[in-house]
Amino acid sequence: MDLFQYDFMLRALTGALVIGLAAPALGIYLVQRRLSLIGDGIGHVALTGVGVGLLLHHSPVISAVLVSAAGAVGIELIRQRGRTSGDLALALLFYGGIAGGVVLVGLSDDSSNANLMQYLFGSLITTSPQDVVVIVVLGVAVLLAMTIFRPALFAVCNDEEYAKVSGLPVRTLNLLMAVTTAVTVTIAMRTVGLLLVSALMVVPVAAAQQVTRGFVKTMVLAMVIGLAAAGAGVAVSAEINTAPGATTVILALVAFVAIALGSGAARVLRRRAHQPREVEPPDVVLQS
Amino acid sequence: MTVVDVRRLAVGYDGREILHDVSMSVRAGEVVAVLGANGSGKSTLIRAILGLVPPMRGGIDLFGVPQRRFREWARVGYVPQRLGAGSGVPATVGEVVASGRLARRGMFRPAGAADKAAVRSALQDVGLLDRIGDPVSTLSGGQQQRTLIARALTGRPDLLVLDEPTAGVDAASQEAFAAALGRFATDGGTIVLVLHELGPLRPLIGRTVVVHEGAIAHEGAPPEPAGHHADPGHDHVHPHADLAKAGICEWAPADRTAAP
Repeated sequence: MDLFQYDFMLRALTGALVIGLAAPALGIYLVQRRLSLIGDGIGHVALTGVGVGLLLHHSPVISAVLVSAAGAVGIELIRQRGRTSGDLALALLFYGGIAGGVVLVGLSDDSSNANLMQYLFGSLITTSPQDVVVIVVLGVAVLLAMTIFRPALFAVCNDEEYAKVSGLPVRTLNLLMAVTTAVTVTIAMRTVGLLLVSALMVVPVAAAQQVTRGFVKTMVLAMVIGLAAAGAGVAVSAEINTAPGATTVILALVAFVAIALGSGAARVLRRRAHQPREVEPPDVVLQS
Repeated sequence: MTVVDVRRLAVGYDGREILHDVSMSVRAGEVVAVLGANGSGKSTLIRAILGLVPPMRGGIDLFGVPQRRFREWARVGYVPQRLGAGSGVPATVGEVVASGRLARRGMFRPAGAADKAAVRSALQDVGLLDRIGDPVSTLSGGQQQRTLIARALTGRPDLLVLDEPTAGVDAASQEAFAAALGRFATDGGTIVLVLHELGPLRPLIGRTVVVHEGAIAHEGAPPEPAGHHADPGHDHVHPHADLAKAGICEWAPADRTAAP
């Protein structure tokens, strides 16, 4: 494709592919834990980090990693400690994060609305060479952590008490999850945008688990779907001039719907094939 | 050798004391049933033994080591009451059981041939080897419970701790369950289990500890079934227990019971 002769397009594609792999690899644990929306909340907090970076004329990616990691660790500590008050504490943190971000970005020299939109919804042209290095290094780190610690993370997300009795360092593993979530959110903000990061963590997993039977297979298929959606998202958005993040997420959702319909149809066909010729007499009424 | 030693233990949640002054000890090779009514504190007792609830007062030793300094968790196999609520992400029976090897091999070493063999042999032991590749969500309640005992057995523990393992389990699974526990006990394993009633595990149990209102009310050999309870084929049901749940609340008509 002609578009990929431009360096900025190659950078955007590289970033998107790394995120397409890393986001579902992490997201599967969040879904398993019923924390599907946590990435969204951390995305809110990361915006404050972007604001800090812009204000101090530093790389917004690095400051966003630091601020959102601190936020994620805070959320995890609240989750470990709290019961009912945790929900409210999370809400305060999330809205504080996004409000702080908007105000700080507004105070910075480069306070255009377009700038803010780039972080919220992603953009192809903003990924600098330095950003690509950060994205690739951190993305590979996330992937390695999620793969190496898969048995332990699976155990913790599947049955936290059992993991504790097994002598696993449950608290440390939870903090590892929190920090990798923050890292993934931040590296994804360039291409997918902070408001849509969570979708790339969750939608490929939701799509994959409709046809898989085991955890490892779900993880692999979700990563394949994420990779394909991110790659195609960048290409399509460049072609038809749409926001890359939104395009990627819509493609992932299309995969979800296609798999849902396909597996549903396959199930119906299989049932038909197995059904005996003789059907129930029509006068049988099933009462609930 | 004393496997579990509980001394003058008091445990509670949020400052409310549930166990007041409990002392008990379990020697190697014993099979001890902790009995008691709902809310008596029997589950809290074993949760404290496992380190899931911190004690308010008193001490717990595991294999002669104070629990806080105890690190050989591979020697302890825990079977919770039920599988954690299904999360939607599918997991196979084999994957769930493989979690039981983590305590032995540590979280940094990938699963090897010995781990895979242990998973298969534990599943064989509970009669579920043919389901190794199936999602756990497709199993019946009793089969899920057997999966959990296989998970505990696969780490080759010396002590098994089970929390009401037979609650809501079908007869076939109860028998497979009792057989697996029996083999574990015959091989010299120690078992502590919380039970609502003795049921099919009765022949295994060497000693019972009855918890009542946060203290140990009775300790001794398991009671012999008496009266019509002793009839072969006696189906032990508690109609009063169901009646209490019949209506949504006291004044609601019983025929409008909410689905459980």
